[in-house]
Amino acid sequence: MSLPAWLVWLLTLAVVGLFVYAADRFGKRVPVKRQPLYNRLLAIGFPLLLLVAWELLVNWGYLNGRWFPPPTRIAAALWDLIVSFDRFNKTSLLGRPWLIPSVLPEQGWRGAWGLVTESHVLATLFRVALGFVIGAAPGVLVGMAMGLNKTIRQMLDPIMSAIYVLPKIAIFPLMMLIFANPFGEGPKVAVIAITAFFLIAINTMAGVRGIEPVYLEAGRNFGAGRWQMLWHVIVPAALPIIFSGLRIALGSALIVIVAVEFIRAQQGVGYLVFYYWQVLAIDKMYASLFVVMLLGVGLTWLLQWIERRVMPWRR
Amino acid sequence: MPDASPKISARNVSKYFETAHGTGVALQDFDLEVRAGEFVCIVGPSGCGKSTFLRILAGLTPHSAGTVAIAPGAPGKPLNSVVFQEYAIFPWKTVLDNVAFGLQMRGVGKKERYEVARQWLARVGLAKFENYYPAQLSGGMKQRVAIARALANDPEVLLMDEPLGALDAQTKTVLQGELMRIWEEHRKTVVYVTHSIDEAVLLADRVVIMTAHPGTNKTEFEVDLPRPRTVATTATPEFAAMTGLVWQALEDEVRKAMADQ
Repeated sequence: MSLPAWLVWLLTLAVVGLFVYAADRFGKRVPVKRQPLYNRLLAIGFPLLLLVAWELLVNWGYLNGRWFPPPTRIAAALWDLIVSFDRFNKTSLLGRPWLIPSVLPEQGWRGAWGLVTESHVLATLFRVALGFVIGAAPGVLVGMAMGLNKTIRQMLDPIMSAIYVLPKIAIFPLMMLIFANPFGEGPKVAVIAITAFFLIAINTMAGVRGIEPVYLEAGRNFGAGRWQMLWHVIVPAALPIIFSGLRIALGSALIVIVAVEFIRAQQGVGYLVFYYWQVLAIDKMYASLFVVMLLGVGLTWLLQWIERRVMPWRR
Repeated sequence: MPDASPKISARNVSKYFETAHGTGVALQDFDLEVRAGEFVCIVGPSGCGKSTFLRILAGLTPHSAGTVAIAPGAPGKPLNSVVFQEYAIFPWKTVLDNVAFGLQMRGVGKKERYEVARQWLARVGLAKFENYYPAQLSGGMKQRVAIARALANDPEVLLMDEPLGALDAQTKTVLQGELMRIWEEHRKTVVYVTHSIDEAVLLADRVVIMTAHPGTNKTEFEVDLPRPRTVATTATPEFAAMTGLVWQALEDEVRKAMADQ
């Protein structure tokens, strides 16, 4: 290829622009009944187009494949990550679940558990899930107490607000100091728990304080006692804001866990990204990033699913 | 069974509130007696404290001076239930659970409270909607649920705080008609706060007029229009004469309230 690079980039932009224009024009003629299908097609089609452009630009030599490996190579690297076992580290991406049928009869549950513990994805999931639960439960309780009781709120608010703005990754060294084994799971889970705790406590407090007074009055007028009030009025009325706290906390927990695994881990998706940067296996680094992304999407989806189950009245 | 002793008796009820600029008066020496089975409407200009008085009756706000009493009935029966202007039905509960709420709080079993709730839902024409959530209902339907919730609780007195205030004119008219029909079946003691003269005259046995801020008794009218009343009642000359009388009594107060603002 002998076209100047700037021309190719300009052409690429033009093609993408033309595609957007054509799709917009075409979209106005799509019958209303087919609109949802068309919208879905756009949502899938446009990213696909970008991937194809990426692939071609690398193949034609206009984009450096070393730093931006084409999607097909990333896919291949991802496949490699899934099926391979790191003998040195004794880890694999997913824990090689296809080995379970052969391992189970030979080594029993112990062998199957060994497979589970070798997984990067499950290691990260374990840290996030455990830390999240440990932080969220007291977070909701403290937030409730702060929302309901003025004295508690006045006393705790300055502390909470101060720690709230502290990036939680900054206390990871402290956590390593506190726990007997700085390399173990303790400090990692703890830092996630603390991240979740403050975000959830602050949001729960906001949720409780934001309850329309008329609901509390209606509860009282219809004879709700202290606990009935909590269960039938206060908790459900605050739930939407509590859940937005959970969503923010989940996002922050993912940032923190990846950072923690960059610094100090032998396992986990953050570790993978960092490790493949260190050994300059860039396509595997991209594949690991893709896994981190999927993890975020999966967890967010799970939280939304729970939200729909817990609050069926919200549509 | 008209009872000699009043169902509700409120004497010299005042409500003061502290502000940064001193003490404000929301209600000044207001008197009200309501017989059992009587439908009383309180009408007054906005800001006169009529809603405050209703909230005092409901026990939602403490009063600063005077006495308020609702005569208790059968033991375990709630003294009052409020229908709030903003509906205040719980968005997180289904229509059925909303209507059964008062009974649930008093520990009535599921089967029994649902049975009662379904009867009331049928009466307000929402039988088909028992599994809906409030967000799926129109404003008029929500207020029907709120009314059914209060009636299912079977209180000694029903307190209604501009319950139809947030509805459009047509829905309001329909609901006034339904309210009349339901009330005439049961004749529960009702205190109904409104700023609409037409509504007050249509619904009430007695219309109590309040003065502009700070609110106190101005005057009152017995409404002896024949029952059962329907929306057609509003077209009679007697109705027009009555609303004219009420407006005469109220006009000065409304102008005073407007001048205050």
